[in-house]
Amino acid sequence: MTIEPKDSKVVLEAVQSAVKRYGASQDELIPILNDVNREIGYLPGEALDELSRLLKVPKSQLFSVASFYRMLSTKPRGKHVLQFCESAPCHVAGGREVWLAVKEALKIEENETTPDGKWTLVTTSCLGVCGVGPVMMIDDDVIGNVDPAQVPAILAKYH
Amino acid sequence: MKAIRSMVLVSSDTQSIANGANEVYQALQHEIASFGLENEISLTMVGDVGRHDASPLVIIYPEATIYGPVKIEDVHFLVEEHLYKGRVAASLQAPVRELSGKIAWLSARKGTLPAEQRIVLERAGVIDPDSIDDYIIHDGYQALARALTEFTPDQIFDTLEASGLRGRGGAGFPTGTKWRFVNRTKNAKKYVVCNADESEPGTFKDRLILEGDPHSIVEAMAIAAYSVGADEGYFYIRGEYVLAQERVRKAIEQAKEMGFLGKNIFGTDFKLELHVHAGAGAYICGEETALIESIEGRRGEPRPRPPYPTTNGLWGKPTLVNNVETMANVAPILRNGADWYRSFGPKFSPGTKVYTILGNVNVTGLIEVPMGITLREVIAIYGKGMKKGKTFKLAQTGGSSGSIVPAILQDTPMDFDSFNKAGVALGSGALLICDEDTCVVDLAKTLLNFFRKESCGKCNPCRIGNQRAFEILTNISEGTGTLNDLTDLMNLSDNLYQLSNCGLGQTAGAPIRDILNHYRAEVEAHIRLKVCPTGICPMSGKKI
Repeated sequence: MTIEPKDSKVVLEAVQSAVKRYGASQDELIPILNDVNREIGYLPGEALDELSRLLKVPKSQLFSVASFYRMLSTKPRGKHVLQFCESAPCHVAGGREVWLAVKEALKIEENETTPDGKWTLVTTSCLGVCGVGPVMMIDDDVIGNVDPAQVPAILAKYH
Repeated sequence: MKAIRSMVLVSSDTQSIANGANEVYQALQHEIASFGLENEISLTMVGDVGRHDASPLVIIYPEATIYGPVKIEDVHFLVEEHLYKGRVAASLQAPVRELSGKIAWLSARKGTLPAEQRIVLERAGVIDPDSIDDYIIHDGYQALARALTEFTPDQIFDTLEASGLRGRGGAGFPTGTKWRFVNRTKNAKKYVVCNADESEPGTFKDRLILEGDPHSIVEAMAIAAYSVGADEGYFYIRGEYVLAQERVRKAIEQAKEMGFLGKNIFGTDFKLELHVHAGAGAYICGEETALIESIEGRRGEPRPRPPYPTTNGLWGKPTLVNNVETMANVAPILRNGADWYRSFGPKFSPGTKVYTILGNVNVTGLIEVPMGITLREVIAIYGKGMKKGKTFKLAQTGGSSGSIVPAILQDTPMDFDSFNKAGVALGSGALLICDEDTCVVDLAKTLLNFFRKESCGKCNPCRIGNQRAFEILTNISEGTGTLNDLTDLMNLSDNLYQLSNCGLGQTAGAPIRDILNHYRAEVEAHIRLKVCPTGICPMSGKKI
């Protein structure tokens, strides 16, 4: 995952291999978008153009799906994506203080990316690991029982 | 056959794996081999065992000693002490608490704790979820075999109806009746769908069932498909549940190899193909028609109902959609009969219910108990009391679309009918226990923030209503609310309920109604006195 626009060859290859994996059908659209998003880090316009050509589905319709789901992004994201759970169980368990500590440490607001392109901060609904709230997710790592004081140390582990 | 003298279980829920369960498993394997014990000790990765405070856990049977959190550097000592020398490594034991899972069940036998009643989670945390053999040894696929060879579809519906099983996704619709509807719809092509898009805040029971006992749901899906006349089925698993997706995929593969899926199942004409469809992060896809839209590759926007999926579902075909927990009850009912199932819980809502206990209690985790237990019992027995000796103020049930249950209702039995009568909802089984330091305005604001963000935006009452309700609550929490706002909030809550297209919008106003019904004085204090009685709200005077 990186913030620079991807080489169009890489984008096209990612789309083509995902379509090959699942088949060129709209029923498989979400798995295909998931895979491309994972590989490129987001869904650039070029990827949707190519997908539109392969699936014979209008780009507007692809964009409406791509912009609907939380795990898909139509905008470039930072090298690491921090998803913060803001649902009630984490909130009651002290999530509010952790959220302030995260914003303080990264010096950005929700849905923003740090100027160096390292971090993107987003909120998420329940991740289903409420037994250890407050919970946040950095890339694919679930981090539970977060204490506001630990936040800088947790972030420092990611380069 | 090898004589196994000890059974070692390693917890492998998402949290345990994040804390290094895989590495601990490998270290255990290595150490057991280096002590030459590999022929007398079995080592298994199991699902969630319910102790999230000390994961990863290592449990050794027959002593039922619980170690945790176990680190790699502890493994050598643990194997040497417990398995080689045969004495408990006390320094590594998990803090002593009776908890959910087999742990609680064992202490219950000694008479110290009321037993949990496990039906749907009977095997989770006990068997190896990646092994079909383990499942078969524990009565697995027996119900499917009997269903295919001994029962007609109508007998299956009769049994399910007689058992009183009601959908566990939140709505509580009788399961047998729903199955019969799909069966009665004439169509050459039908589908069965398992709704595992579990996104209700505070709910993770379906994840534990799928991670700990995936074959039980595969079996139930096959029974469902046989009885309604479907030959294809989908698991819709939320995108974040990567481990659950892997386990179910593997279970389907194994079942195919054994001939429990595919063609000519158990020598009959019945054939079935199952697919796993991963979601991409949208709460609304738990609504059955939105889920169907999503499988078809579109935005997860609910369809108008009727027509219901039982007649016009996936690709317009009759489709049976059931929640994971509902499915998990099917095989045990067919194996043991309706009367057996009716012996648990109250008359009109029989069976068990899986609850997740969260919030300001001493022990959080997951329990499966008969329907009809009270909140007081849950807090005192399973939650081990309120944290720091504080007072219980309210419980928020069923994730965000549940109710705010005030302390005065803590002796009301938790089943569908008693809760309906008391004007609250059971929801999906999350119990967020809040103490006296919880501000109801802040809580309602958090819940409405959730609905505001998760609304799909298709219908206006939900898209605009939730946003406006959130803004008003924010103003109240900033100390700039007016008494007229309370009237507006009540109207919004009514409008959401009456005008929204789907269940999300219809239940979104419930927190507002509940706090104004039960905690009006506290809300008014924010407005009249400009004071948040619990000191949580900012009250900074900023108007948005």
